[in-house]
Amino acid sequence: MHETSAVGNFINGHLFDPIARALGLHLGVNHHAVPDHIVLILLIASALILFALWLRGRLSVDNPGHAQHLVEVIFGAIQGLMKEVIGREYKHFTPLIITLAVYILIGNLLGMIPGFISPTSNLNITASMGLCVFIYYNYQGFRKQGFVGYLKHFCGPVIWLAPLLFVIELISHMARPFSLSVRLFGNIFAEELIIGSLNKLFPFVLSSIVMFLALLLSTIQSFIFILLTMVYISGAVEEAHGEGHGENHKETTVQQSADPVAAV
Amino acid sequence: MGRKSVLIILISVILLAFVIPAFAQGDAGAVAAKGKSQWLIIASAFGMALAAAGCGYAQSRALAAACEGVSRNPGATDIIRLFLILGLAFIEFLALLTFVVILMLQ
Repeated sequence: MHETSAVGNFINGHLFDPIARALGLHLGVNHHAVPDHIVLILLIASALILFALWLRGRLSVDNPGHAQHLVEVIFGAIQGLMKEVIGREYKHFTPLIITLAVYILIGNLLGMIPGFISPTSNLNITASMGLCVFIYYNYQGFRKQGFVGYLKHFCGPVIWLAPLLFVIELISHMARPFSLSVRLFGNIFAEELIIGSLNKLFPFVLSSIVMFLALLLSTIQSFIFILLTMVYISGAVEEAHGEGHGENHKETTVQQSADPVAAV
Repeated sequence: MGRKSVLIILISVILLAFVIPAFAQGDAGAVAAKGKSQWLIIASAFGMALAAAGCGYAQSRALAAACEGVSRNPGATDIIRLFLILGLAFIEFLALLTFVVILMLQ
């Protein structure tokens, strides 16, 4: 499961290995200081931060550039989706969700470029994101509804069912980061396996056809990841005003968001 | 491009197609890893096939229902698409779990 890539090797050899040797670590012959997927994910993260800083310096209302247009399109699309799923208070959660979307999308697509591997084809990377989402939505739930209020929402509507439902809910919540991370990992890893084995079977022809499917899959997987994150956040945050009122509120927002579509 | 160059390219492609299995021949005779039964390979392939079959059937049912819903009420396309993708992700997860279990067994 420890694939290596040319770019990862290069960065390791010129940046991390000398640092590790300077710190007094003894590396084996074929061993690098940092695993390849971590090198690549650090590369993506730093590239995104640099891009954001660069773009921030040249944002303008009157004369937006190409990059600003692109970012605004992504931003608008994701915010529209968030408004539909989370409801009224969606703006608060924008930073995490758009960061996750872009980060995962670039991580998935990086495997298409020769010399790179997808960093998301490693369970450790996807588990880090799954755990982040788990901690984040639980924190938001506690923050929004208070300690007792959020725990009450685990217990279900009827009081005598509470001991049973609490355990079930607890297990289902614990399974969430696992399912998020394994879903992303399994898809991307299977995709790379298929491309690799087709490459062995019949070089370049079959794999380039499958790579088109892989492009589609990468986009859909990052979409599913943020969609599930939104669903979890809305589940943690929504019922702030008691059961009945929360349900009504949800229904009206869905109605409102469905209306303009129906009018078209 | 003349006929001759087309012929040369064709022959080289055919040769390449035969060369690759010839290289792979060396690995085929390798002995299975110690402590792992040959049945593991058969069982994992069979299990993955079963999982793929079930996943394909379930996803096709979900897709058919979504298409029917959209054709009856095109106004609800956006919400139906949202639920469809969510549902497909949940269904697919079961096949992926089989894949991960097979990976762990190997």
